[in-house]
Amino acid sequence: MRLCGRGIRCVRGGREVFSALDFEASSGAALAVTGPNGSGKTSLLRLIAGLLTPTLAGGTIDLEGGGVELSLPEQAHYLGHRDALKPALSVQENLEFWRDFLGGEAFDPAQSLAAVGLDHAARLPAAYLSAGQRRRLSIARLLAVRRPVWLLDEPTNALDAAGQGLFAGLMNDHLARGGLIVAATHAPLGLQARELRIGEAS
Amino acid sequence: MTALAALIRRDIRIALRVGGGALIGVLFFLTVVVLMPFAVGPDLALLTRLGPAILWLGALLASLLTLDRLFMADHEDGSLDLIVMSRTPLELTCAAKALAHWLAAGLPLVIATPVLGLLLNLDATATSAVALTLLAGTPALTFTGMIGAALAVTLHRGGLLLAVLVLPLSIPVLIFGVAASEAAITGPVSFGAPFSILCALSLISFVIGPFAAAASLRQGLD
Repeated sequence: MRLCGRGIRCVRGGREVFSALDFEASSGAALAVTGPNGSGKTSLLRLIAGLLTPTLAGGTIDLEGGGVELSLPEQAHYLGHRDALKPALSVQENLEFWRDFLGGEAFDPAQSLAAVGLDHAARLPAAYLSAGQRRRLSIARLLAVRRPVWLLDEPTNALDAAGQGLFAGLMNDHLARGGLIVAATHAPLGLQARELRIGEAS
Repeated sequence: MTALAALIRRDIRIALRVGGGALIGVLFFLTVVVLMPFAVGPDLALLTRLGPAILWLGALLASLLTLDRLFMADHEDGSLDLIVMSRTPLELTCAAKALAHWLAAGLPLVIATPVLGLLLNLDATATSAVALTLLAGTPALTFTGMIGAALAVTLHRGGLLLAVLVLPLSIPVLIFGVAASEAAITGPVSFGAPFSILCALSLISFVIGPFAAAASLRQGLD
């Protein structure tokens, strides 16, 4: 499986964020998108996720060798700044909803929670989680349904050192299964990754 | 199918828990109808005559009250991004969300109507006529209101805008809802004609609402 973008141009609010951007990532490999604040890291991830309409002839993004009848966003997990959790529902209910709703090969939510160290809080309403625990719950979503492409936006934000180590292990497992990761990050991810710098005056 | 069932289950669950919107609509409906006799005065004949219109207005405003959160809440916490990326067509998702909203916020209004009819001096026939027209008409309010809710997602403070956008679309529902109730109570027009048009309005909104809402959600992605 190979994800490649050619000549991507992104315009936000009338301002060109980046243009003529090429990138490539193949299965089993991670691509770390780095750059200063406001350089368009999040925009690039949202373009790949199909959450931004490529305005003004913005190049092409293709996934080669993926599911035949599925589009790229349908094969991708998006972990954004916002955690997509409902405070009124319990940890387990939140996770079960996303497992049922996202569709695809599903796994036992209890195992996913155990993998991120949240199994003791399964019945707790999500409103009572700390920022780091919310992040862990979002990461559990990536494990509850198998999707080959992970699009991660600052995934280690709010995670403690143990959580970062744990997440690095989960990402390595995903890559070992032939998955593909594109992560926007400032901090080191803790795994072998090719770097894509954007927003640098060249 | 499991995806849509999961979505409906989740939305109803959130609405029924503390802080959810299900009770707010009914309480607002109750407030409007309880205040009305104090404003109109103790003229029982007048109250009976105005009753169906008051119940319908109350239900219309109450269903608008919670509708602006339909997509806004999911937008704010990032759920909408994942909903758009899911394997379920967005049109079906929108229809499921509207159905869940109606079950949690619209159906309680219909159930509360017989109690509130007592306060307006409506007899059993009149109350059941109003309840029946509300049962047929409130889905149309939810499904057309959904279009406004989807448009309001991209605009901050879209709540007021929702009312301005949606109220004109709900005028036909109001006209034929009240007309059908009046016809059942006083005649001379038969109940069937306005009631059929009311049902038709609901059916049209089932078709147009999800497509228009999905289109405006896609357009508003950012």
